[in-house]
Amino acid sequence: MLRFVLKAVARGLASLGAVGHLLADMVRGLRDVDVWPRLTVVQMRRVGVDSLPIALFIATFTGIVLSLQASYTFTGAVPLYFVGTAVGKSIMLELGPVLTGLALAGRVGANIAAELGTMKVTEQVDALETLAYNPSSYLVAPRVLAATVMFPLVVAVAVAVGVGSGLVAAVNLLELTTVEFVRGLRLFYQFKDVWFGLLKSMSFGFAIALIGCYCGLGVRRGAEEVGRATTRAVVLGAQLILVLDAFWAILLL
Amino acid sequence: MIAFRAVHKGFAATPVLEGFSLEIPDGETTVIIGYSGTGKSVALKLIVGLLEPDAGGVEVDGQLVHTLDRDALRGLRASIGFVFQFAALFDSMTVAENLALGLRRQGLADGEIAERTTEALELVGLADSQERYPAELSGGMRKRVGIARAIALRPRYILYDEPTTGLDPVTAAVMDQLMVRTREAYGVTSVVVTHDMRSAYTVGDRIAMLYRGTIRQVGTVDEIRHSHDAVVRQFIEGRPEAAADADRVAGARA
Repeated sequence: MLRFVLKAVARGLASLGAVGHLLADMVRGLRDVDVWPRLTVVQMRRVGVDSLPIALFIATFTGIVLSLQASYTFTGAVPLYFVGTAVGKSIMLELGPVLTGLALAGRVGANIAAELGTMKVTEQVDALETLAYNPSSYLVAPRVLAATVMFPLVVAVAVAVGVGSGLVAAVNLLELTTVEFVRGLRLFYQFKDVWFGLLKSMSFGFAIALIGCYCGLGVRRGAEEVGRATTRAVVLGAQLILVLDAFWAILLL
Repeated sequence: MIAFRAVHKGFAATPVLEGFSLEIPDGETTVIIGYSGTGKSVALKLIVGLLEPDAGGVEVDGQLVHTLDRDALRGLRASIGFVFQFAALFDSMTVAENLALGLRRQGLADGEIAERTTEALELVGLADSQERYPAELSGGMRKRVGIARAIALRPRYILYDEPTTGLDPVTAAVMDQLMVRTREAYGVTSVVVTHDMRSAYTVGDRIAMLYRGTIRQVGTVDEIRHSHDAVVRQFIEGRPEAAADADRVAGARA
C-alpha cells in the first residue's frame, strides 16, 4: 500500500516537473516574437469565438435555474428581490467561471491534446523542429496565451447572459419586477465580484491550455495513446479548475 | 561533413546503437541499409538533434550536435533538409504553405518564398498542386512534397528516411530519380536510410550496413554488391535461409 502511494506521489511529482519544464520552455520561446503573436491571434479565435455557443448555452440555463431555486428557497422567509442578489453573486463569483471553465476543459483542453498528440505521432512536431521552429513558441505559447486572454472574455459574456436569463426568468416566471431584481442585484454588489471571477477564469484558461499541451506533446505512439492523452487532459483540466477555484477563494475572499 | 563518433543510443533497456561510427563525405550520397529496427532512423534523428546520444556524438561541420545551444541548433537545422518516412506534412496547411513555412523561418521575402516554392514543386512534378491539402494527395505525392519542402530550403545536407517504403515500384523509381536529380541540381550531401536495395544501388555513392548497433561494412556500391560478408550478402540478396540468419535473429534489435 505504502509502495503504491509512494509510486503515485513520485509519478505526480515527475508530471509536475515536466509541466514546469514545458512552462519554462514556453517562456524562453517567447523570444521568438516573429512566430507566436500571429499564431496567437488564430488561436484566440478558435479558443474564444468558437467556445461562445457552449458557454452561452450553459449560462442561459444556469441563470434560469438559479432564479427559480433562489425563489423557492427565499419564499416566505426572505424578500423576493434577494433573488437578484443570489443570481448575481453566484454567477459572477462561482458558477460563471467554474461551469464555463469545466465546459471549456472538455472543449479546449481535449482539442489541444488531440491536435498536438496527432501531430506528435505523425512526426509533424519533429518536422517543425527540423524547419528550425521551436514547438514551444510555435505550438504551446499561442495556445496558452490565447486561452489565458480569451477565457475571461468568454466568461464575462457568459456572466452577462446568465444574469440576463436569470432576470428574464424572474420577471416571467416569478412575481418579481425588473426593478426589484436589479435592486437585489445591486444590493451587495462589489467590483471585486467581477474581477475575482475574471481572474479565476484567466488562471483556468492558462491551466487548461498548458495541461492540454503537456498531454498532447507527451504522446509517443499510436491513436490509442492520443485518445488516452485527450481523456487525461480533460480530467486533469477539470481537477485543476476545482483546485484553483479553492485556491483563489482561500487567497482572496 | 557529417560524422558519427562511437555513438551509443538506447531506449529503456534496449540498446539500439552501440559504438556506431561513420563518416559521410561531402557532396556524396551515402545510403545506410539494415534490418528493420536496427536504428537507421535513430541515426538520422541524431544528426538534426531530434534525439540525443547516450554516449559518443554526431559532428556536423565540426560541431558536436548534442552540445549546441538552442540558437546554434536552429542555425544548424537551417542547413539540413529532412525528408520523413511518412512525409510529416502539416495537414492543416496547403502544399504551398508547407513549403513556405521553413522559408519564412529563414526570413525570406514573400516573392522569393513563392519563387522557391514553385521551383521546388516543379522539380518534383507537383507544380499544379500548390493549393491542395496533404489529405488530397496520394502517398507518393506526399513523399514528393516532403522532398520539395526539403529542397526549397536549399540545404547543404538532405536526410531521407525510408523514401521508397510503401510505394509501388514505379513510384519508388520516380523517388529514386528525384533524389539523384536533387543531388545533381544542388550538389547536396545526402544520407538515405532504406532497406530497399534497388533504391540503394540507384541513388548511392557509398553504402553502409548497420548491424547490431554498429557498421558491419561500408563501401562503394560495387564493393557492397560483391561483398563476401555473409550478413551483408544475406541482406542484399534477401535470403531468409542464409547462414547469417541465426546470427541476425539473435542480434536483432526491437
